[in-house]
Amino acid sequence: MGYLVAAYAVLWAISFGLVLSLVVRQRRLEAELEVLRQAMEEKSSVP
Amino acid sequence: MRQKKDTGLIGLTALSAAMMMAALYLALAGAPEANLKSETGRLAQRIIYFHIPTAWVGFLAFFVTFAAGVGYLRTQARRWDIVALASAEIGTAFMLGVLLSGSIWARPAWGVWWVWDERLTLSLIQFLVYAGYLMLRGTVEDPARRARFAAVYGIAAFVSVPINFIAIRLWRTQHPLMFGAEKGGLSPEMMFAFFFCLIAFTLWYAALLGHRIRLERLRDEVEAVKQNM
Repeated sequence: MGYLVAAYAVLWAISFGLVLSLVVRQRRLEAELEVLRQAMEEKSSVP
Repeated sequence: MRQKKDTGLIGLTALSAAMMMAALYLALAGAPEANLKSETGRLAQRIIYFHIPTAWVGFLAFFVTFAAGVGYLRTQARRWDIVALASAEIGTAFMLGVLLSGSIWARPAWGVWWVWDERLTLSLIQFLVYAGYLMLRGTVEDPARRARFAAVYGIAAFVSVPINFIAIRLWRTQHPLMFGAEKGGLSPEMMFAFFFCLIAFTLWYAALLGHRIRLERLRDEVEAVKQNM
């Protein structure tokens, strides 16, 4: 039983790890994009 | 248009996640038990419902990397490079899953965690080759050069897929042959669960690929904004 649990745990951990890594990277990029857009808006509003 | 694509991706993700849950039920409880003497062997046999589809996704992902590499060399279009990278990353993660779950299966089945037979060794080499692909991408600064190198590498690396696939037919390996075997293999009752898992994993791969491509496009968007500043 232990081997079965271990094998499925490993496969699900890899799958969830992949999803988690995608979510984290996406949030970071979205935050970076937001900061950049705000900076651009501020830059363009300065006379 | 983008919103429509996002809705499609969300739908695909939800469908594949639901199918993965159903696949888990089938693999652990729904599928009939294997005709093996020991209980450990019967339980360990249930690993194959996820082990083989994981390997299938790895092979499929590497084929997509190969095809996208050809697409890039023909068109020089960034979208092909994105697909190749996204697919290679998913494929490498799944190949790691194949190596680990196979090793865990081998312990009760063969009494050892690992043997240096052709199939296992080729799978390890394949994993390392694609890990190298991902590392290579990180070492080249110029995007066009990086994409070109990666496309050539991705095409060359794909040679490992058919060799690995036919390894258990070419050599007398310890790894069991699931299909086309005279002895052993899957019974017809197990086939439904197996093919359900295979479809669930394929959809799961497609959803992951969609999300990974979306991430890379977002990265391009960030780079474009930076260039404009």
